Amino acid sequence: MTSTPLAGEPAFGDPRCDDFLQLNHFPARQAEPTVRAYWEALPWETREQSGWSYEQLRDGLAAFLSSADATPREQALSELKILPGHDKSGHPEKHTLCFRAGDVICIVGPTGSGKSRLLADIECMAQGDTPTGRTVLIDGCAPDPDARFSGEGKIVAQISQNMNFVMDLTVVDFLRMHAESRALEHPEEAITRVLEAAVGMAGEPFGPETPLTQLSGGQSRALMIADAAHLSPKPVVLIDEIENAGVDRLRALDLFVEKGKIVLLSTHDPLLALSGTRRLVIGNGAVQNVIEPSREERDNCRRLVELDRCLARMRERLRHGERLDEPWERMMC
Amino acid sequence: MKLITVAGPPSSGKTAVITKALRFLHSEGLRVGVLKFDCLVSRDAEVFQAEGIPVLTGLSGNFCPDHFFITNIEDCFAWGSRHGLDLLISESAGLCNRCAPHIRGFYAVCVLDNLSGVETPRKIGPMLKTADLVVVTKGDIVSQAEREVFAFRIRQVNAKARILFVNGITGQGAWEVSRLWKKAPEDAPLTGGRLRFSVPSAVCSYCFGQTKIGEDFQSGTIRKMTIPD
Repeated sequence: MTSTPLAGEPAFGDPRCDDFLQLNHFPARQAEPTVRAYWEALPWETREQSGWSYEQLRDGLAAFLSSADATPREQALSELKILPGHDKSGHPEKHTLCFRAGDVICIVGPTGSGKSRLLADIECMAQGDTPTGRTVLIDGCAPDPDARFSGEGKIVAQISQNMNFVMDLTVVDFLRMHAESRALEHPEEAITRVLEAAVGMAGEPFGPETPLTQLSGGQSRALMIADAAHLSPKPVVLIDEIENAGVDRLRALDLFVEKGKIVLLSTHDPLLALSGTRRLVIGNGAVQNVIEPSREERDNCRRLVELDRCLARMRERLRHGERLDEPWERMMC
Repeated sequence: MKLITVAGPPSSGKTAVITKALRFLHSEGLRVGVLKFDCLVSRDAEVFQAEGIPVLTGLSGNFCPDHFFITNIEDCFAWGSRHGLDLLISESAGLCNRCAPHIRGFYAVCVLDNLSGVETPRKIGPMLKTADLVVVTKGDIVSQAEREVFAFRIRQVNAKARILFVNGITGQGAWEVSRLWKKAPEDAPLTGGRLRFSVPSAVCSYCFGQTKIGEDFQSGTIRKMTIPD
């Protein structure tokens, strides 16, 4: 079916038109060349009672077809800069922050210190117009004002302890649906990569046919992380406390680093906090200090990794119904 | 005065989004007010009053809520003008999903929540299709991936609208909404204006209070299903 569309009409030859008609409970096409011809060929009762008009059908179809062209492309971002604002008392903030692709930035500070505000400033790409007065620059430039005010233009993907999968689908169907929304060239490859990465991070394996809602806390978190790394177009990932989720946390960070994402991690988990490229200390609504891990901290971090492995082993043994009753020293090696 | 129509299914977070966005505008010295259209009961007025925002509640009761809306909006608009408001928000629930309170020339907002399922954008109809801004709530409790899929499904039925995620509890994202509302068209003429979508044509015996079932009791505009044998 090839024909020139009428003025203002989308190309009716596009095979996705069938999906649209089916979704909206319209009868199948009979090779009509244009939307108008299709509309006019419908019995008048159908036209009358469908709740549609020709214009609505035309515009609805155009919206449906253009959604595929509007699928979010992988947003490239190599540097995120945050110019200082002021703290809660109005005193200027001292530190200019600069994050590069592959950086893992840990954010520490007591509740109410302003961690969420900093994350929110990044999320909305503040331009001196939020309560903190901070300015966010994307690769050295102010963001496109339009992008700030649209979900698709946002640069941030979020993962938090409170998030759950709510769709009643199997893992693979869900991933397929997400891949479809990205209009990827090789969706099946991407799906396999997400699955492999997720299973690698989760304590317990799960398969593509497992229903999403039956995944354990750790498995869901692992799937969210793997999906955000491989399928989300967003270049920045905000992670809010994943410490207790039962996922291999360091593997999760590595995955994001490999994919060149900027990771912002709000955490007080010693292992994660010391694993970052840098650590921001927040207090009274402003960045009070930027800590680069020292050599001693790096050494301590390695000890923490060991400790974490011991704990993971104990967890695994408990899962298999074993006792943990041998001498402490033996258990810790 | 600006008039903005906000519509969305019950419990999708309309009141929370409006409250949070109006807080920004209120603190900037704008005089804001809310019209709350509902069918039977509404206690949202208290929420707005607690914020110091004047509210006018309209309960449609036995009347078709959408017809009720359109026959009262001019008087409500006049109420807002009398109160010297800069911005008037009209909030109404989506009701049967067949209607939309959106008016040509006035900023139109649809509020949906992420928990309602990925098929929802396809079921909602004109209040989503004809909106200028779609606000998606409850994104903080579903996965990022589901948020992205949901946004894509919205895009499939409305190619032009802006889509914004707002957390109705913390108010994250409400600032962006307030910026868009600040730029909404001013002083558009309401009388003689047009709805963006026609309300359903159904004046049947049941509209007039008939409760009995059976062909003998049905008159007026009636539509029968085609049921295969």
